[in-house]
Amino acid sequence: MEPRPKLLSLLTALSLFLFLAALTVIFVYAPLEARMNYVQKVFYIHISTAWVGMLGFLAAAAAGIAFLVTKNLQWDIVELAAVEISLVFFLVAIITGSIWAKPSWGTWWTWDARLTTAAILELIYLAYLLLRQGIEDPERRARFGAVYTLVGGLSVPVTFLSIRLWQTIHPAIIGTASAQAQGGFAMAPAMLHTMFFALGTFSVIFITLLWHRIRLGRLAHHLEQRRLQDAE
Amino acid sequence: MTPARKPPTDRRSPGSSRPGFGRAILAVLWKDLAAEMRSRELLSAMLVFALLVILIFNFAIELAPFLRLTVTPGVLWVTLTFAGTLGLNRSMAVEKDRGCLDGLLLAPVDRAAIFFGKMLANLVFMLLVAVILLPFYSLLYNLNLFNPGLLLVILLGSLGYVAVGTLLASMAVQARTRDMLLPILLFPVIVPVLLAAVRASGGFLQTAPFEQIRPWLNLLIGYDAIFLAVAYMLFDAIVEE
Amino acid sequence: MIRVRKLVKRFGLKTVLRGLDFDVQSGEFVAILGPNGAGKTTFLRILASLARPSLGEVSLAGYRLPAQAAAVRARLGVVTHQPLLYGDLTAEENLRFYARLYALPHPADRIEEVLELVGLASRRRDLVRTFSRGMQQRLAIGRAILHDPDIMLLDEPHTGLDQEACDMLDELLRRVAARGRTVVMTSHDLARVEDLASRFDILTGGLLRASARRQDLRGNLLDFYREALTQ
Repeated sequence: MEPRPKLLSLLTALSLFLFLAALTVIFVYAPLEARMNYVQKVFYIHISTAWVGMLGFLAAAAAGIAFLVTKNLQWDIVELAAVEISLVFFLVAIITGSIWAKPSWGTWWTWDARLTTAAILELIYLAYLLLRQGIEDPERRARFGAVYTLVGGLSVPVTFLSIRLWQTIHPAIIGTASAQAQGGFAMAPAMLHTMFFALGTFSVIFITLLWHRIRLGRLAHHLEQRRLQDAE
Repeated sequence: MTPARKPPTDRRSPGSSRPGFGRAILAVLWKDLAAEMRSRELLSAMLVFALLVILIFNFAIELAPFLRLTVTPGVLWVTLTFAGTLGLNRSMAVEKDRGCLDGLLLAPVDRAAIFFGKMLANLVFMLLVAVILLPFYSLLYNLNLFNPGLLLVILLGSLGYVAVGTLLASMAVQARTRDMLLPILLFPVIVPVLLAAVRASGGFLQTAPFEQIRPWLNLLIGYDAIFLAVAYMLFDAIVEE
Repeated sequence: MIRVRKLVKRFGLKTVLRGLDFDVQSGEFVAILGPNGAGKTTFLRILASLARPSLGEVSLAGYRLPAQAAAVRARLGVVTHQPLLYGDLTAEENLRFYARLYALPHPADRIEEVLELVGLASRRRDLVRTFSRGMQQRLAIGRAILHDPDIMLLDEPHTGLDQEACDMLDELLRRVAARGRTVVMTSHDLARVEDLASRFDILTGGLLRASARRQDLRGNLLDFYREALTQ
């Protein structure tokens, strides 16, 4: 295994620093929102984790296509890494979303298009992991994984669209478009700055984690190869 | 380049001709239907299962007369979805058991034709289940379900369902966890079909104005088109080694 | 008829074939021998266009794999460990299905002929599910020769067959070979193939280690095989 590249060490340190800085900015620099007070702070984390989840999701789909075209197992490692990171960050986004929803809409969960789509996305990725678990042969596992990320990836926007459509026609009980408007707030410039800082920070964290996870995947790959060679 | 010489005893033309795309699809479809006509295992299992699900729904959510119109589309589609996974699993397991999938792949036909043949067979089974289910449901709950609009929705919804289902079943059957895996893989990606089909069915049953139903029909058609194309492109990646 | 150059096949991390060269002339009957796990089945699956080569060139009857796979498939007859038959169809229906996939011009006559040839004419209307292993394998061979292929590929076709079925299979293969067809067969049963094949290739560790013609061996196949393995 190659030694850890300098750039990666640098990125890791930078991620840590930026994360602390982002927390400081969120709690010190960003003004307190009038109606929701401190709960509003979770918004910055929520939007950033959701953003990273999207990034990972797109990266996984792109890696899936790259694998199907090149048949290079390196892409499979990237795909799995992106899926795992996406899975965790979407979960954080869903949880922080609930924390936001409770004081804002008076409920932990609404069948809002974004929330529901995020939840379905989590289920698709869990299914993806179960699929991989059921296949021994690494090459076939990679192929099926790539196919499923593509099928899942294409279904997500359609799902989002269908739930949107459902809400506009479905009688409003709780948390429809109007409730969302209630939960919204006017953004002060300082809030905007904070949001973009948090987005940037989490993007760096995403890249760092992805890199680490890819290296781990390579290590596991080499280990499996060794074991096979020993077995021969 | 021409293959090796033919001995003079050979009266037949060499077996090098290839059937057209449509003929290959029909051959696969015919094979599945003929095997099913013989055993009737699949259809009877799907049907009995579907009837049981409806029975269970009856107790679980008390299909009181005033609720029936609103709940019926949901009950119908959940029933069809569950019964459908039985069919999809079985349809691919048959190909796997005696190595038949290899036999299909060895034939000089386009692999997409194999996919569409299997998919159409699954569609036929699903529609047959629906066709038998509808009068039963109408009888049991005193509702007329023979509505051309509803039949159209069932056709469109089933088409999207079997397109994705056949593709995912051909992966699931090759995994260690086989039968367990298919619903887990399939259900999260067919949410749009289910949602649109339930809404559109409800719209037709409650005779809602067509403008309200149209977006759902459009969604169904869009989903069908996207996933037929995706399955067409990806099936090769599943069956090749 | 068959030409393979520097064939490498990897399954993910495992390299099964390591740069294999292989040539078969039209009309040859080649037996590929080797221990279990040597890569015989993988090799045959690649020739049959069921698996893609990772590296290297493969061509059959002048058509390259995998680019011209469909043209190759029309000229191939393949017998594997499994019969590739549908249990819920009769013997005749199974053959009729494959006849359609191969677009045979006169399917009824040919099916008749093949059923006679494999000795199943009397059971044509019985479900394949009710057949014994030997009968299924006979029908599997019938399926493989249905379109009168130029090249036959057989993967351990004798496995699980009783003596009678084995003899019938040998008889069939001799007939196919006598008609100038090319046959490639894998086996680990030396005694079985000794009088059958015209050439013996030893595959072990993902490479072809030795090759000999029957007339050169003079009945010493076993010695030749052992020697090749200990190299």
